[in-house]
Amino acid sequence: MTLDPGYLDYPRRRPGYDHDLYPWSNIHSRPPVRWPDDRPLAVWPCIVAEFFPITPSDVPFRAPGHMQTAFPDYRHYTARDYGNRVGIYRLLDAFEARGLRASVAMNVAVAERCPALLQAVLQGGHEIVAHSTDMNGAIDGSLPAEAEQAIIADTRARWTALGHTPAGWLSVARSQSFRTADLLLEQGFRWMADWCNDDLPYAFANGIINLPLNHELSDRQIINTTQASADSYCQQIEDAADWLAGEGGRVLPLQLTPYIIALPYRIAAFEALLDRMLARGDCWFAGGGAIIEAAQAVSSARL
Amino acid sequence: MDDPRLYAYLPYRNRPKLVWPGNRPIAVWVAPNLEYYEIDPPAHPKRKSWPRPHPDVVGFSHRDYGNRVGHWRMADAMSEFGFPGSVSLSVALCNHHPEIVADGAARGWEFFSHGIYNTRYAYDMSVDQERAIIRDSLETVRASTGQTIRGWLAPALTHTVNTLDLIAEAGLDYTCDLYHDDQPTPIATKNGLLTAIPYSLEVNDHYGFFVYNMSPRDYADTLIRQYERLAAEGETSGTVMCIPLHAYLIGQPHRIGPFREVLRHIANDGRAWIARAGEIVDAYRAQVPA
Repeated sequence: MTLDPGYLDYPRRRPGYDHDLYPWSNIHSRPPVRWPDDRPLAVWPCIVAEFFPITPSDVPFRAPGHMQTAFPDYRHYTARDYGNRVGIYRLLDAFEARGLRASVAMNVAVAERCPALLQAVLQGGHEIVAHSTDMNGAIDGSLPAEAEQAIIADTRARWTALGHTPAGWLSVARSQSFRTADLLLEQGFRWMADWCNDDLPYAFANGIINLPLNHELSDRQIINTTQASADSYCQQIEDAADWLAGEGGRVLPLQLTPYIIALPYRIAAFEALLDRMLARGDCWFAGGGAIIEAAQAVSSARL
Repeated sequence: MDDPRLYAYLPYRNRPKLVWPGNRPIAVWVAPNLEYYEIDPPAHPKRKSWPRPHPDVVGFSHRDYGNRVGHWRMADAMSEFGFPGSVSLSVALCNHHPEIVADGAARGWEFFSHGIYNTRYAYDMSVDQERAIIRDSLETVRASTGQTIRGWLAPALTHTVNTLDLIAEAGLDYTCDLYHDDQPTPIATKNGLLTAIPYSLEVNDHYGFFVYNMSPRDYADTLIRQYERLAAEGETSGTVMCIPLHAYLIGQPHRIGPFREVLRHIANDGRAWIARAGEIVDAYRAQVPA
């Protein structure tokens, strides 16, 4: 058994990336970014509000957190729904009690199904980020172009019907195809959060901004995947805040999943984390759109 | 062939005493993996590059974080406490992001080959194909850094039964691919002697964070326990501890602070000979004639 001789051809071995999606950039050699009030660290809470249909789709793949048993999986359907009925209000209360603004990455199906939740998010002054149709609305490179285009256009149309025009987009499981950045731009999205390769927003070649929502710092990764306690989660976030504030001009993204971090036995640790981060005095809490605007305003770097 | 006959069995008890320079019981080396993962690599019949269809956005962008952000955090922490790197290099990084390779070279780091890309696997390569990637590695690293590579860590840990013979044929001195010992081992090949230098899977940050799901502080504690034990045992006969790293993992903001404390601990302990891989191989060979 030998390998095809072409296996040692490297047609994209060249300066920069082996793709043309965005240009190479070393974060440490960019002009420094300063946040409002000269705070060194922008903290970006991004709550996800997800609707998992009880009939999961495996095309193109089953989303993380989706149904796991044979139909009907009441266990996971209701445990996920807990997030939208109960958990998310604990998070909204925690932010509003402290005068903080967050992003809420919401499946448009959640906005349609739970108008009271949409109202609560808007009344809290939080920013809506489009998060596909529902948790069956996943995209990847195996999806036909028309199907992908339809998911993004459907998401846009349904938000428009609700009277909202979110500027930001988060894909299900951060999964994209090579076409996604262009399709998002076509549907009027100005930024996305899927590519986790930086601690600052940066521009793709087509002009759309990517604001990385670091999956390594998500409650799903730390608590569900690595099985850490809420206390360990808080310590890891504070260690990250210490480091990023020390570098200065960085973003600390906090992806918050209501059915994970906002359970009764975890939420108090998270509230105490917010209090400690506020007490530091060096954190600027803001939604993703505001962070991108601030970065564009104070940086001479082209975003 | 149920035994690949890589080396002779040698019990850990009653070995000749190795002593590292300065009469130190433990040699510590840090092995940053400076890697390039292709976004759309060709398929290999024996191994899939990415779990998701291309582009695997999380997989690719996570690795890219190491090159855009994490490398300098890791490298600065190492430089601060006097740890040079011995780099496991995807040699195409010399073409894609020469700034990173130049940074390592400027810090006095040693480079060895980790294949062309971490998305090109050696399984099923012919002898000529494997010779080609070895030659490519030698030429590319020499052109980029002036260094002649002395060692090999197979790309994505993929091998053929010819690999060790072929890297010896090309004049390389050490392999990082064998995990059977806490001391260097002579490896007889068809083309002369190689030295197997202890690398590590178990305290590799990839295992710590992806296999064992450790918190950053638990991983730091693991490294300190590994160091303390090997330093103590090294009084009997010198040991080697390798800390293999990936900037996309250790350079994350919640991990680099606890890791920096590990380097401080080892540097301040006083028992460690902090060295490059090639220096450890040379010191070993000077004590154990082939």
